[in-house]
Amino acid sequence: MTYINQATAQVARGRMDTGNRPLSPHLQVYRWQWTMALSIIHRATGIALAVGALLMVCWLVSVAQGAEAYASLNAFLSSWIGRLMLFGWTWSLLYHLANGIRHLAWDAGSGLELDAARTTGYAAAAFSVVATIALWAAVYTMTGAFS
Amino acid sequence: MTMQTPLGRVRGLGSAKNGTHHWWMQRVTAVALVPLTLWFIYSIVSLLGAGHAAAEAWMASPVNAVLMVLLVIATFHHLQLGLQVVIEDYIHGEGVKIAAILIVKLASFALAVLGAFAVLKVAF
Repeated sequence: MTYINQATAQVARGRMDTGNRPLSPHLQVYRWQWTMALSIIHRATGIALAVGALLMVCWLVSVAQGAEAYASLNAFLSSWIGRLMLFGWTWSLLYHLANGIRHLAWDAGSGLELDAARTTGYAAAAFSVVATIALWAAVYTMTGAFS
Repeated sequence: MTMQTPLGRVRGLGSAKNGTHHWWMQRVTAVALVPLTLWFIYSIVSLLGAGHAAAEAWMASPVNAVLMVLLVIATFHHLQLGLQVVIEDYIHGEGVKIAAILIVKLASFALAVLGAFAVLKVAF
């Protein structure tokens, strides 16, 4: 039996050394694909949301601390940089949520076919963008601007 | 000298002796976070521009306080599991890797307790 490389041969024969394992994924040998981008964005938004969780705790603490702390956090979040960060986190959250549901469906064994994976991928990405814009538009319409 | 094959050694609980626990808890917290996150977005939008007193009253309500504590716990549990995988994938030095995972886990635990305490302080 011939194998494409030494590592594969070792795996097949059940004699793999820990130092010579095939690395996965070999990004450089794959043609760039939409589903790859979605997967990487899922991880990137997850990291962004970890930072966003810090803000959530800051917000909870500011409510507990009193009106003054709440007002100063609000002042920062209402600045253009604060709004930009909130907008980014809104999109990250909605993307991670939609794509996370896609992951849960895969774990349940459905949607794994190429066509389905591509379609649900487009749907998750489209949803996150549309829902983010719709949410912010609704907020600005309701409150004018938030202060 | 063991007669087991490498496959035999990693069967059952696997080489990390942890089985599917990490994977499973990531899914459990993910499922919990779907409704909690939607509820949180709705709540935050409804509190925008309403001022401190409104936020305080919102958090003092038992239902909101319980849901908020659940959200904090699920968020930080999910977050530290996810960041652990990111660290394991990209940091290869054994010492630095363990230090980074330790920092993430300890910080997540501390922040979750801080967040939950803030909610309970307002609620009680």
